[in-house]
Amino acid sequence: MKIIDIKDLLDAELLCGEDLLDTEVYSACCSDMMSDVLAYVKDQGVLLTGLVNSQVIRTASMMDMVCIVFVRNKAPSEEMIELAKECGIVIMRSENRAFEASGKLYLAGLGRCPEDV
Amino acid sequence: MSEAVNFHFDVDGENFSSAGAASANVKKKLRQLGLSPEVIRKVSIAMYEGEINMVIHANGGTADVNVDDDYVTIILADTGPGIPNIELAMQEGYSTARDNIRALGFGAGMGLPNMKKYSDEMDVQTEIGVGTTITMKVKID
Repeated sequence: MKIIDIKDLLDAELLCGEDLLDTEVYSACCSDMMSDVLAYVKDQGVLLTGLVNSQVIRTASMMDMVCIVFVRNKAPSEEMIELAKECGIVIMRSENRAFEASGKLYLAGLGRCPEDV
Repeated sequence: MSEAVNFHFDVDGENFSSAGAASANVKKKLRQLGLSPEVIRKVSIAMYEGEINMVIHANGGTADVNVDDDYVTIILADTGPGIPNIELAMQEGYSTARDNIRALGFGAGMGLPNMKKYSDEMDVQTEIGVGTTITMKVKID
């Protein structure tokens, strides 16, 4: 699916990266623990998190992720948004809770084999 | 590559939000050198974990990165408290980080194991009250 589909599915507000909305993503990871993201994530382009600090952006950048969704309507700072722009990462926020957001994206096919959808 | 390339960074231990800046810089430089995405990914993650550790546990330190034909070598040196029990510290899930660090998304006890996982060789020299120097090598395919 494209990043713009994630925005629509989660009724999310886009905070930066409008020019990257057509990027294709294939999988996602949901965690508030950046240590675990660094330990277990591989080739997942999207991070869903309720944690709000600059290290969320840094972690996503190190893992070559292209989109971060802040759940529970958490608001990243201007500094974080600037860092995300620098790293080429789309940022959005959604009122959905982490469980709901993950479920909606999974049901829509993110992270699943095409034949299972 | 005919000549080895070196980068040096001071890691500020006072500022959590700037932690990772050196690793981000190295990632950019390795891309410019044309190294493979897999090598860049391994170096970035291993160094970033080390940088975060230096900020959390040792009030900062220095990071030196050397790139030659065969390896990217990362040397992280600090003058922090040292690691009392390396064997324990290398276990996944073991952490001495305080709750305020966990609230920031770190301290799950995956730092050192991750550094080992993403590097091809890792050496830890540590002395209580003196500091820790970690050398990691990532092979260039």
